[in-house]
Amino acid sequence: MSQPQATEANDIAYCRSDFPVLDQAVNGHPLVYLDSAASAQQPAAVIDAVARYQREDHANVHRGVHTLSHRATELYEGARDKLCSFINASSRAEIIHTSGTTESINLVAQSYCRPMLQAGDQILITWLEHHSNIVPWQLVCEQTGAELIVAPINDRGEVELDELRALMTDRVKLLGIGHVSNALGTINPLLEIIADAKQRGISVLVDGAQAVPHMNVDVQALGCDFYAFSSHKMIGPTGAGVLWGREALLEAMPPYKGGGDMILEVNFEHTVFNELPYKFEAGTPNISGMIGFGAAVDYLQSVGMDNIYQHEKALHSYMVSKLKAIDGLHLIGTAREQASVQSFRLNDIHPHDLGTILDHQGVAVRTGHHCAMPVMQRFGLPGTTRASLGLYNNSDDVDQLVVALEKARQVFA
Amino acid sequence: MNVIANNDELQQLYRETILDHARKPRNFRQLAKATHTAEGINPLCGDKLRLYLVVDADQTVIEAGFEGSGCAISMASASLLTETVPNLSVAEADACFVSVTGRLTEQTVDSELATKIDLSKLKALDGVRAHPSRVKCATLAWHTLHAALIHSQTSAKTE
Repeated sequence: MSQPQATEANDIAYCRSDFPVLDQAVNGHPLVYLDSAASAQQPAAVIDAVARYQREDHANVHRGVHTLSHRATELYEGARDKLCSFINASSRAEIIHTSGTTESINLVAQSYCRPMLQAGDQILITWLEHHSNIVPWQLVCEQTGAELIVAPINDRGEVELDELRALMTDRVKLLGIGHVSNALGTINPLLEIIADAKQRGISVLVDGAQAVPHMNVDVQALGCDFYAFSSHKMIGPTGAGVLWGREALLEAMPPYKGGGDMILEVNFEHTVFNELPYKFEAGTPNISGMIGFGAAVDYLQSVGMDNIYQHEKALHSYMVSKLKAIDGLHLIGTAREQASVQSFRLNDIHPHDLGTILDHQGVAVRTGHHCAMPVMQRFGLPGTTRASLGLYNNSDDVDQLVVALEKARQVFA
Repeated sequence: MNVIANNDELQQLYRETILDHARKPRNFRQLAKATHTAEGINPLCGDKLRLYLVVDADQTVIEAGFEGSGCAISMASASLLTETVPNLSVAEADACFVSVTGRLTEQTVDSELATKIDLSKLKALDGVRAHPSRVKCATLAWHTLHAALIHSQTSAKTE
């Protein structure tokens, strides 16, 4: 990777050329990729790191005494160290490698919540949550007789904090909350919310999938107990993710899956589980995915998370001003604190029709319910069209989106 | 040049017939006298519709209606369906399902029965073929038709 030469602190326009996939035409138009919230594109540095590992270093980790196994282990564990410092975890033992945010949340639901939940206990979430921060709790509630309760949101797409607080009773054992809403872009005031929850003795899991790619995250400063995120939302490969948890909690939790690599000693009467973080990592992990994940962290840090945040914030403001000027366009999600995600409707054009027309003009957006059906129900919509920005987007992308939307308006005039 | 071809393709998909039926769906109502009904859901897209059929003792479809919400393609397809199946026998209506879904997925499996039915109006849906991700939108109503016919035939036996 060439060293970035920024002219100004937040001028990260140079990044774009580091992402090979962006340099192509789709349906006769230059690709405008505005679907990073679904999955972000990967820079050459990540692609190359994975390819180099596959070509030169591949072997199983934590097992062999041979050189390749040693190299693979170094790379794989090196990624853990990078992720540890990236989110300011206090120890690498707290970084559990998973297949992604979904598995991370399921791990907490099954390994932390299930043994302690009793009938009548409650798990608290909000209306903003992605299905991955709803369904794992529903499953564990069914298994234990606990109840899932939901804090409402207002018309801007912000959690109603007073109502959230009112729901934090003695019955609530865990609060599961997104850092940033994938459907609406709302940034939740986590410091305040977590402090309130902890004061009432409630454990907090944060779904950080949509936050970590776009802003500095310090899990110790946040004060939560668990933080889950995915590699592919933050310019790394798919199938890799992290569960961060407080070491004392992780120590006390039983293993989530059984198998190789999570044991110290096995006989048919008894198994001695491995220490953290390996206790939760049964089986051969996604070695190449994690190595790519580590390379993604290196890349993001070389650009600077603050620079990325400022760049995306400015671009999001520009996009909102342009979208507002389109006749018949309604923004869905207008939180006062919003990440670089924007949902909208254009007249009564169905999101899928809109998505197809935009695709014809090379513009990739997400359409539908964004795996957040309750959010759509809250706004009385079957779905929205969502444009989400990444560090590699620029104002040309936004301008092309606007042109494509005007075209859609003509088709459905 | 690409842009022109591209626009043509868009026009093929959103033909005037499709837009017209999407804006003003025909027979968009529940049928109180329905003898056959089924719900069709496209979970990925959120397209959702309920189809109602009135079938008489001779196994002829007398009337068809639907309710639901979805994209222009799914709504137009359902609307066109309700104009197609009246006056067809149950067997002919089911042959339409096979014919339309086959045509849109580029498997030409027209039965002898289907060749006798005038499906020319449904050519308006042909633009979908170039859009694999939208074929499900166009075929939803027809799958629902099939389900309604099969299900009620089964339940008719038990009565």
